[in-house]
Amino acid sequence: MPLATSFLQDQSFLDVLYILAFGLFIQGLRGLSGPTTAVRGNRIAAVGMAIAVIATLLNVNEGNWGLIALGIVLGTAVGVPAARRVKMTAMPQMVALFNGVGGGAVFLISWSEFRLTHGFSSTATYVTIFSLFAAIVGSVSFWGSNIAFGKLQEVIPGRPITLGSSQQLVNLLLFALAVAAGVDIAAGDQSEAIFIGMLVCAALLGNAVVLPIGGADMPVVISLLNAFTGLSAAATGIALNNPALIVAGMIVGASGSILTNLMATAMNRSIPAIVAGGFGGGGAVEGASGAGEHAGTVRSTSAADAAIQLAYANRVVIVPGYGMAVAQAQHAVRELTKELEKRQVEVSYAIHPVAGRMPGHMNVLLAEADVPYDQLKEMDDANPEFQRTDVSLVIGANDVTNPAAKNTPSSPIYGMPILEVSDSHSVIVIKRSMNPGFAGIENELYYDPKTTMLFGDAKSAVSEITAELAQI
Amino acid sequence: MILASTLTTNLAILVLAGFIGFVVISKVPNTLHTPLMSGTNAIHGIVLLGGLLVVGLSGNGTFNKVILVVAIAFGTINVVGGFLVTDRMLEMFKSKPKARAPGKDDDGKGKAA
Repeated sequence: MPLATSFLQDQSFLDVLYILAFGLFIQGLRGLSGPTTAVRGNRIAAVGMAIAVIATLLNVNEGNWGLIALGIVLGTAVGVPAARRVKMTAMPQMVALFNGVGGGAVFLISWSEFRLTHGFSSTATYVTIFSLFAAIVGSVSFWGSNIAFGKLQEVIPGRPITLGSSQQLVNLLLFALAVAAGVDIAAGDQSEAIFIGMLVCAALLGNAVVLPIGGADMPVVISLLNAFTGLSAAATGIALNNPALIVAGMIVGASGSILTNLMATAMNRSIPAIVAGGFGGGGAVEGASGAGEHAGTVRSTSAADAAIQLAYANRVVIVPGYGMAVAQAQHAVRELTKELEKRQVEVSYAIHPVAGRMPGHMNVLLAEADVPYDQLKEMDDANPEFQRTDVSLVIGANDVTNPAAKNTPSSPIYGMPILEVSDSHSVIVIKRSMNPGFAGIENELYYDPKTTMLFGDAKSAVSEITAELAQI
Repeated sequence: MILASTLTTNLAILVLAGFIGFVVISKVPNTLHTPLMSGTNAIHGIVLLGGLLVVGLSGNGTFNKVILVVAIAFGTINVVGGFLVTDRMLEMFKSKPKARAPGKDDDGKGKAA
């Protein structure tokens, strides 16, 4: 028995397991590059995680099993039902929440390291620095993600909550205080009060940064916080000298940064501008300037008229947006598509990279409704096709179709790549009301003579059209 | 001396991992960005290991234990929830490709104005 035990607890053996684990993470993520290999990729990564956890457990002192078992049982009891039950439409907030708990774990680990080492009294300086970095970033990520969750779940109002012009100053001050406390501890202060003060400043910073950000920018924020949690995990890995943590954390950091950047580009916004806040919500100052200037009239239509228009089209492009997600309309949309296809109408879907509340959110919903993968067109493929499209059916999408992004240099979204639905022969927009979208900007598309509006909840409106179609 | 070399080795791993992450993630199409976000999210749940290692250092005191149990629980939620939810999403993508409705040709119907 001593032989076997010592073999399993040999550091080199453990390191080999960790290396195997991160190899599997990388291989798993490679699988995510295509829909056919993605499921297997995710499972490969999960196997890597299991190996990493088992390797770590081999090395645990006896006597701590109770605590570990308690933690794992609690976590599983919360995590499994949450993951099983969450609706696909609520995916962004679920990811925000899971991201938050990850950040929470990071700062708690750092805190207990601080306590166990009596204020980092005998650790190497670099270990202290990486632990403190992890604590600050983890705490920001935890609180920021929870606020993002609250906003998406509509527990907290989605519009920006801001301190006005002093916001930047407050953020800067909180950041400076957290860093100053960290420097003080790194310089040898062992006071736990200072450490807690640092965590509190970081927590307030997480709140102060995310509260002013409006609903439309939330996907960018979640992705950014995802990158933060990854980096803080990598820092924890350096502090604990654990290669699996370093590699996994850093890959997530890189992935989060790439995604954040892609999304910011797709919205024509800079990341600092998003973090500075104040734009992405209903009553934003810049956004309001565009409202109320339109002399044009809006033509509304009925489900019956829309059905006729669609039935006699050769080619229909459906442009889904967040409205489809909140109304859970994806299955109704699929039914409509089937009905149209029976009538030999060619149907495809044009997906804007930031449609919904997460990149790729629409793809997940439509996949849930069994829409064939090859009917989903990305923006660059979809745009040239609009000119030969008879009817574009816009379901709960707004800003991503706004021609102001192309035509109006004064518009806050000017320069953002859009789906050029106004190129098609006619446009039907399903929308709950004339309220502007999350960016708070009037949409010129609705005043276009080619456009008719069908007011109503996306799901019931689409179902009504399908019912009318069946009678034609 | 030994500490310094541990640090530089770890930093080297960090930098290389950053580049690998960049290359691998750049190949993921837009369509799969939500599962990607959720999958990478699950992977940073690896901080769970941090919790397990620090428990290994062991400390007495109820408060230390509470912090660590919560940290381990958080890490577990992150890992287990993250992988499950990603799996659920990706399963939906897998059930493709179905036969499309036949015949998309123009059969003489007029265009809607």
